[in-house]
Order: sequence, then structure tokens, then C-alpha cells
Amino acid sequence: MELFNVFIKSAFIDNLVLSYFLGMCSYLAVSKSVKTAFGLGLAVIFVLGITMPINWIINEFLLKETGILQTDLTFLRFILFIAVIASMVQLVEMVVEKASPALYAALGIFLPLITVNCAILGGSLFMVSREYTFGEAVSFGLGGGFGWFLAIIAIAAIREKIRYSNVPPGLRGLGMAFILTGLMGIAFMSLMGIDPASF
Amino acid sequence: MAETLDKKAAAAEPLFGKKERKLITDPLNDNNPITVQVLGICSALAVTSLLYPSIVISIAVVFVCAFANLITSFLRNSIPKSVRMIVQLVIIATLVTVVELALKAFSYPVYKNLSVYIGLIITNCIVMGRLEAFAMANKPWRSFLDGIGNGLGYGAILIIVAFFRELLGKGTLFAGTPIAMNIIGPSSEEVSYLLNTNLEWLSWYSNNNIAVLPAAAMFIIGILIWIQRSYNTKLVDVS
Repeated sequence: MELFNVFIKSAFIDNLVLSYFLGMCSYLAVSKSVKTAFGLGLAVIFVLGITMPINWIINEFLLKETGILQTDLTFLRFILFIAVIASMVQLVEMVVEKASPALYAALGIFLPLITVNCAILGGSLFMVSREYTFGEAVSFGLGGGFGWFLAIIAIAAIREKIRYSNVPPGLRGLGMAFILTGLMGIAFMSLMGIDPASF
Repeated sequence: MAETLDKKAAAAEPLFGKKERKLITDPLNDNNPITVQVLGICSALAVTSLLYPSIVISIAVVFVCAFANLITSFLRNSIPKSVRMIVQLVIIATLVTVVELALKAFSYPVYKNLSVYIGLIITNCIVMGRLEAFAMANKPWRSFLDGIGNGLGYGAILIIVAFFRELLGKGTLFAGTPIAMNIIGPSSEEVSYLLNTNLEWLSWYSNNNIAVLPAAAMFIIGILIWIQRSYNTKLVDVS
């Protein structure tokens, strides 16, 4: 039950994009059509779900003073976390290329960009600063990825529709995407009143 | 003889000529990292609710961007293409760790306040983007300038957004520093004491809670993009 709470909280209440602004770059760049947004969203769920437990294990058993080496290596955290993420993204890229060449072609350069998607590293850093247990870390990874997925699908759908609206030229495209994200952020705020413990 | 050679080299490539100046001024407007390149929005927008942390982050980004560009540019001919991402990330992560430790040592409250956002400079796409697009193909000095320019362009937007968010959301400027100013809003006791008047006419403002929300940053950037593109029409519909 505790794990489910973490999932709901990370997917809706503490949504990585809409309340922490993480993963904004690819969120704005890839949200022009629902189809590519869908693929990238799935890739993000996958990468977050895998890297979170790996980084948890590294942090707990290697970097902390209570780990195997008995020394405080937390200053190496950034470098190790980003190395794990970079290699996982490489792996996902290879799997997608084999499993679905169409999706691979559609995602193009955006797959490597997941490496610098702040949502992934941010998730791992949040996991450390909130002192999650292993189960919570897995659940937080999946939930955070799911929240990111929802947000990018929603903005892509809105941007597809808004193309037919009469937007002032200076605001067309990027400017409108920013304002829409702000409005969506406010809409997601209303979920803050939900108490996951009441389920 | 050596002197004339040096002079010739200097004449061929001035240290701070027109091209070099353009490297710094271009990212401030025509090629702004946030409003035009749409890079690096991720990591630092959440820190813009107060002006002081935003200035700290801006300085950190200028530092990291400039030196990452410089180091990568020195190494550019010896980095194998297949592992360049990892090499770049290690360079950036090292610099960010330096920044983090320095901040922890000199200004612990700010470090606490910024928490994970310092670490997220690593994945700030603008640093990585400039390494890929510029430092891998240019000489060290020019890459260094390009890093400074992009860091400044990024910081400028950050500071503008933070200025409006703090002013409208809290009625203060530079809160959390010795020179904290209470510009508008109800509690202007220090100001009234200093000016020896009861400044009741300044107390009409009640804080706007929307400006404290992250969403306000999106609105302000949206409006900045609008303003910039109405003056600079060649940027319309770039993306």
C-alpha cells in the first residue's frame, strides 16, 4: 500500500514536469505530434524504471559510509549516476533499434537526448534526498515516468489542436507551448489536495 | 624573428575582435539559449522563485559552461567519437561537483535551498548542447567565449524571471541576503523606520500566490518570447 502511495504521489501530485520542471527540453521539443510523444514517453518510463533501482543499489552499497568500502564516497554520486544513465540509454537505444525500427526512426536523435533529460537524473537525486527504500525507489521511478508520459501526451494533443487556432504570430509554437504548460501546471495543482493514504 | 611571427599570428586572429564579441552578444538575444534554442529550461526554472538563488545558479552555469567548453575544446582531437558523450558528461560532472563543494563550503543555506538543482546543471542541455555544437569543432579561446556568452544569455533570462516572480510573489527583492529589500507589500517596517515616515501607501499590495508557483515562470517566459519575437520577427516560427 505504501508503494502504491508513492506511485500515485510521484505520478500526479509531484509530477516531474508540471511541478518540478524536469525534462523540459525534450518535453517541448518532441511534443509536436502525439505519436512521437508516445514513443518518447514510453522510453522515459523504461529508463527511469531501470536506472532508479540501479542507482539506489550503487548509492546504498557503494557510496555510503556504511557500504562495502567503508568510506564516504558520496562526492562521486553525480559522476556514477550519470554514467549509469548514459549506459542504460545506450542499451535502450539498441533494444528499440532491434525491436521496432519504425519507432527508432521516429525518435531519431531524441533517444540519446534522454541521457540529458533532467527527469532521469533528477529522479535519482530526489530518491537520495528523500531517503527512499528500495521498493519505494522502484515505485517512484515507474510513477515518475508515468507522470512524465501523461504530461507529454497531454501537451502534444493540445498542440496538435492549437495549430488550427488564431494565435498571435510572436506567440505561435514555442511561446504558446510555454503558456500551455503553465496552465497545465495549475490544473495539476488541484490534485495536490488528494491524500494518497485515503485510498 | 619570433616576435614578428607572433605579431602576424595576433593580427590573423585577434584576441577580442568582432567575431569574438559576437560570440558573447549573440546568445543574449538572437540565439538565446532559452527563448530561441529551447535548451536548458529543465534544471533551473524551479529555482527562480527568489532572486538570490537564481543569481547563484546563473554564476554556476556561466562557470561550468565556460570551463567545460574550454576543456572539451582542448581535448577535442583526442576524444573518440563513439564515447564522446560519456567524456563530455564526466567533464561536466567534475565541474559541477567543484561548484557543489564550493557552495557547500561558502554558503550552506543557499546550498540547502538549491538542493538537487545544483546537480541538475549536469543535465542542463545548454552545457551539453554547446559542447556538441561548438566546442567539438572550435579552438579553445573561442569556445571559452561561447561558453561565457551562452551562460550569460541563460542567466539573463533566469534573473528577469526571478525578478518578476519575487517582486510579485513576495513583494521583496534579494530576500535571504543582507541587502534584502521589501519593495511593496504589507510589512515595510524597516523601510518606514529608515525613511522616518509611515509608508502606508506602500502597503496596498497583497502577495500574489500564483507568482510563487512554478507555473508563473512558464507564463513569464512565454511573454518574454512573445516580446522578443515581436521585435525580432525573423525568429517567428523557428520551432
